[in-house]
Amino acid sequence: MRTASAVSGSGSPSGVPASLRGILPVLVAVPALLVLDWLLSNSPFANYLLSIMAVNIILAVSLNIVNGMTGQFSIGHAGFMAVGAYLAGVTSLALKDVALSFLPVAVSDQVFLVVALLVGGISAALAGFLVGLPSLRLRGDYLAIVTLGFGEIIRVAVTNTEAFGRALGLSGIPQTSSVAMVGFWVFLVVLVARRIAGSSHGRSLWAIREDEVAAEAMGVNTTGYKVRAFVISSFFAGVAGGLFAHFVPIINPGSFTFVKSMEIVVMVVLGGLGSTTGAIVAAVFLTLLPEALRSAFSAFGSESNLAQQVDQIRMPVYGLLLVVLMLSRPQGLFGTKELWEVIPRWIPRRRKGM
Amino acid sequence: MSEFIQHLINGISAGTIYALVALGYTMVYGVLKLINFAHGDVMMVGVYMGYATAFGLGRQAQSSPWGVLLIFVVAMGGCALMGFLIERFAYRPLREKPRLTALITAIGISFTLSYGFQLDIGFLPGSAPRAFPQIIQPSQWFTLGDPEFPDVVVWNWQVISLVLAVVLMAGLQYLVYGTRFGRAMRAVSFDHRVAALMGIPTDRVISVTFMIGSALAAGAGLLYAIKDTSVSPLMGLYVGLKAFVAAVIGGIGNVPGAMVGGLLLGLVEEFVVGYAASTWRDAVAFGFLILVLLVRPGGLFGRVAAEKV
Amino acid sequence: MRRFAPMILAAFALFAGACEKKTQPAPADKGGQGGQVAQPAAGGATPAASDTIVLGEVGSLTGAQATFGVSTRNGVDLAIKEANAAGGVKGKKLKVIVYDDQGKPEEAAQAVTRLITQDKVVLILGEVASSNSLAMAEKAQAAGVPMITPSSTNPSVTEKGEYIFRVCFIDPFQGFVMAKFAREHLKADRVAILQDNKSAYSIGLTDVFTQKFAEMGGKIVTTQSYSQGDTNFRAQLTAIKKEKPQAIYVPGYYNDVGIIARQAREMGVTVPLMGGDGWDSEKLYELAGNALDGSYFSNHYSPSNPDPKVQKFISDYKAAYGGVPDALAALGYDAAKVAIAALERAQDTSGPAVRDAIAQTKDFPGVAGNITLDQNRNAVKSAAILKIGNGKTEFVTTINP
Repeated sequence: MRTASAVSGSGSPSGVPASLRGILPVLVAVPALLVLDWLLSNSPFANYLLSIMAVNIILAVSLNIVNGMTGQFSIGHAGFMAVGAYLAGVTSLALKDVALSFLPVAVSDQVFLVVALLVGGISAALAGFLVGLPSLRLRGDYLAIVTLGFGEIIRVAVTNTEAFGRALGLSGIPQTSSVAMVGFWVFLVVLVARRIAGSSHGRSLWAIREDEVAAEAMGVNTTGYKVRAFVISSFFAGVAGGLFAHFVPIINPGSFTFVKSMEIVVMVVLGGLGSTTGAIVAAVFLTLLPEALRSAFSAFGSESNLAQQVDQIRMPVYGLLLVVLMLSRPQGLFGTKELWEVIPRWIPRRRKGM
Repeated sequence: MSEFIQHLINGISAGTIYALVALGYTMVYGVLKLINFAHGDVMMVGVYMGYATAFGLGRQAQSSPWGVLLIFVVAMGGCALMGFLIERFAYRPLREKPRLTALITAIGISFTLSYGFQLDIGFLPGSAPRAFPQIIQPSQWFTLGDPEFPDVVVWNWQVISLVLAVVLMAGLQYLVYGTRFGRAMRAVSFDHRVAALMGIPTDRVISVTFMIGSALAAGAGLLYAIKDTSVSPLMGLYVGLKAFVAAVIGGIGNVPGAMVGGLLLGLVEEFVVGYAASTWRDAVAFGFLILVLLVRPGGLFGRVAAEKV
Repeated sequence: MRRFAPMILAAFALFAGACEKKTQPAPADKGGQGGQVAQPAAGGATPAASDTIVLGEVGSLTGAQATFGVSTRNGVDLAIKEANAAGGVKGKKLKVIVYDDQGKPEEAAQAVTRLITQDKVVLILGEVASSNSLAMAEKAQAAGVPMITPSSTNPSVTEKGEYIFRVCFIDPFQGFVMAKFAREHLKADRVAILQDNKSAYSIGLTDVFTQKFAEMGGKIVTTQSYSQGDTNFRAQLTAIKKEKPQAIYVPGYYNDVGIIARQAREMGVTVPLMGGDGWDSEKLYELAGNALDGSYFSNHYSPSNPDPKVQKFISDYKAAYGGVPDALAALGYDAAKVAIAALERAQDTSGPAVRDAIAQTKDFPGVAGNITLDQNRNAVKSAAILKIGNGKTEFVTTINP
């Protein structure tokens, strides 16, 4: 649990009021992440779990920009994750035996990792632009189906591409990702999401979410804003995919199904549509829950099949969770509020966003 | 040539099922303006009900017309009840809420049903696909070429499905445009608040529509299971999606449109596999949907309704 | 955006300056510590309860290929029970910890990491699907924990490193077996292929079969694809029927093959179907009815083999789990048996010692044939060709490497 608090700790600088702009969050976050990395350097499992958690956080926070802040319902996020994962993976494989001559190997690996992530992110952003431009003119539920359709098209395309390893997937991608790296991107996506939420750009997104027709009437270029939100969101989904490809030994099309998209949607909805910290809390919670249950059940002895049923009952429970949430608290745990607005024990801050 | 005819028959046969499932989608969308994402999963549950009934009856009863009728009645009745319950307890409380709320709920129900049925607990069937009993004794209705090794075969169940689909479509069309209840449905579809003011029992109309749609899904599901000889808990997800695509292509809310969209999608898929690249089938289906939406956002037969403020 | 540029630059500067990162393990590092820094030799760490030896297993106990995982697990459990009943290994009881990966590679990687770091297992058994085995192999190799895959037939799995073994033959051999059988026994000149585009296993077999069959002078008339979980194969079958093949090669999994067979017969395609070990499941006959009568598939073993060792395994398995064990159960059993024998031979339970002991496996009498591991850590075995009739298989012939 110490690790979980550390992650949200690295996200908390984003809660710093807007008056403390500039470099301060970076100065706080990077050393914190490096210390964390050093602390965890000899427990691979914690590393792995934290990395998965971080990728889920990036996915949830980025999807929240579209689904939460803009009110456009995308259920094809895993498709953009796939684009990022595969392109970052292919880039890394191509650069596998190259090293920057003027840097030590470890550093040059990290530089290449960032290059690969940017390639993945930008490709996904491009895909997001191509998908978003036509489909964001459609109404909510149609848009949902079209994003789902695009997610499936992307997957079919990957499955039929020789360079992406077809059904077997890509393996042998250098496993250069680290907790510090994923943490840094978590920090970045949270920063971007919070900055958007507080900016005039964000105000336009909220306006679209609340009433698209009225927003259009007030002179908000709705399609333009929607596409921009979609592109930013896709970029981070691509980066998340790229990170995923650098700590999971093999990526294959089966990892980026509609079910994965739905898991991300559940995180966003559970946390609260429009709440960045809500998305973080939900992502952490839903990543740790199966693991925690498995540990708890294994404690009863390995003979019990309960530990194995955790994964089986996860999906129906997610479904029920969605139904119960929508019926009892459709705005999610936090609604559009952030953590420090929900928990009154915190020092009251100047309210931002909505 | 015979190959082309066989492809045509296969495509119509597959499209018939899409069309039948799409009819239910279209009905529900018409009155509620809700994509009932769980429609395919209701269908799946109906198929399992039919499966259980067929096994309850034993082998002999399966090929008797009464046995088949009973299987259909149980599955369709069970699904009608399920549709009623889902609408009553999951969708009705959300009727005045933003539409996304209802959509998320529908997705939640869909996940609960499809993955819940994969569990191996109690009466649930588990994730393995099962062979569906042949409740309609297959016989060759029409053949081309050598009767021993025919070039083209049309089976009796393919004909039965198609006839049923056309009859149901005509029936629905009559229900919507030729009866008092249909007029109420159209009124609710137009504006359910105003319809309520005019003395139309909107809740009852929506409930009944839901029950009809769900019963249709169960019937379609049984025909689908007879056609493809297997049942599995996840069958509803994909058939449901494809049927939704068919409904949108035809213009959602439009009964003949659903029929045309279903047949069109079935044929497109068949010919993509037969004459182009079989690996791209699903991509082409969704691509087709996106194309139709971009060119005609209301589908082929739909009217584009302006968003009301 | 202007404000971001210096921030990101500053971040990178800090990052590049302070990042202490492990170097990548050299792929073929002697001794298998893999160049890891600050990594306790996971294989050597004996758990606190030193009266047990803990093995790990990962399998797909849920999801589309649940029967594979369950069969394998049953086979492994049977072998472990037998060993414990016979007094365990070096006086210690064996215990196996099983995790489910739902058929997903990232879950398999997570499960294997858990086994290595949390449960401190000395050896890993698993998976059936090659994608998942690859994910596990990468982790096991990096940690220096030996891994035996019972039934992943994709050649790339054992290429991950010297800690990864298998007790089954590989896809190139299996594709060759069926091509040879089709040419020499069925005397087929024209064969069509229907492959599962979502499965690496199916694509691998298709590629090898296509190449070998052409080399032997046959002709592949058409190759069609479907996706796992499809239920309508009529379009592909119509296209295949037009070419009038003498046999159809369907290297897929049983749950699709059963339906394919039915629809093929319904469309008037009466030629035999041929397949690989993915067909092997009790469920195949339920799904296919009698549509597969007269079809053939290659497999790791034949339940009708009169060898007393095989018959004893079958009766034990029936007593414990009901039903005839399929090849995956047999291979799970063999993999566990090979592991147990290696643990007996090894000086201690450290990774390198166990690895070396496994590598020396020679002529080990498994229920699915004798196991000799070659220098690529693959088992060199013959394959059985089985013919289906009346919901049972009968042994046709053995094809040797």
